[in-house]
Amino acid sequence: MTEQHVAYLLGLGDDALIYAQRLGEWLTHAPQIEEDMALGNVGLDLLGQARSLLTRAGEVEGATPLRDEDDLAMLRDEREFRNVQLVEQPRADFGHEMARMLWFATYQCELYSALLGSADETLAAIAAKAVKEVEYHRDHATQWVLRLGDGTGESHERMQQGLASVHPYVAELGEDHDAARWATDQGVGVLPSTLTEAVNGYVTQVLQQATLEMPDPPRWHARGGRDGVHSEVMGYLLAEMQHIHRSHPGATW
Amino acid sequence: MTSSTWPLWEVFVRAKRGLSHVHAGSLHAPDREMALRNARDLYTRRQEGVSIWVVASSDITASSPDERDSFFDPAADKVYRHPTFYDVPEDVEYL
Repeated sequence: MTEQHVAYLLGLGDDALIYAQRLGEWLTHAPQIEEDMALGNVGLDLLGQARSLLTRAGEVEGATPLRDEDDLAMLRDEREFRNVQLVEQPRADFGHEMARMLWFATYQCELYSALLGSADETLAAIAAKAVKEVEYHRDHATQWVLRLGDGTGESHERMQQGLASVHPYVAELGEDHDAARWATDQGVGVLPSTLTEAVNGYVTQVLQQATLEMPDPPRWHARGGRDGVHSEVMGYLLAEMQHIHRSHPGATW
Repeated sequence: MTSSTWPLWEVFVRAKRGLSHVHAGSLHAPDREMALRNARDLYTRRQEGVSIWVVASSDITASSPDERDSFFDPAADKVYRHPTFYDVPEDVEYL
């Protein structure tokens, strides 16, 4: 079942790629030049993970000719992307970004830790490199959530709003899907639902310390990203991300 | 939030074990923990270091250019303070 193996790897790689694209948008928009650098670094870490994961997906797929990282990142259309909808949501304020990064990096920490023992040895090696990176991302978001939550009245309020606006997109991180079930059966991957408890535990503890409330369970939550169902913003994101490659195929510098 | 509300920090980076921390530059951060993290992102992103110190710039007491004459000039004519009168054996590499 090569197809499921590829789909599983694309899910991991697309999460990293699309969030890297969103984080890149922060350059020159962060509250401080120091924070521009920090968010840029996080984005570049994720882009590096995406490159390795997409390259691996292309190898496993074994198409003729082989699809490389650029083909997969730049020449697929919206319905072929398998990222969760959390990472494609537009850039909002800094509180929103730290809420999103806290959830996503915490999820990635648990995910990559679990993938260290993957039967796909390339995936295990990618996870070993990535786990150190995402621990730093989680720490960065944690530090900011603590300071904004336990800061001024306005920073507390906006951090709380940020948490509320990402909340409908959090559950999708822990939703099982066919590719993950197959990957778990083969020892290649991990079932997302088995990570949820640890992810919720970490975030809950940070929010408590930051004097913030975990938002109520949302009445609606995003789903379908792993099957290529995305929100309206995804098309615009891809247009911006892919247009250079599509206009000038094979361009390098 | 503007830079005027965030204090300035001086960053010292040790390139590898055995060397001393060297001043690398300065940055803005709201507190010492964030200063350390910003320093990691700004000054060690190309593997420049294995250890970082941050110090609030306001905590540094510096000599003033006005005092330069009285501070440093008196050392100028005291050649006997330089260990130039010893023969260094050739096979002593790090002296």
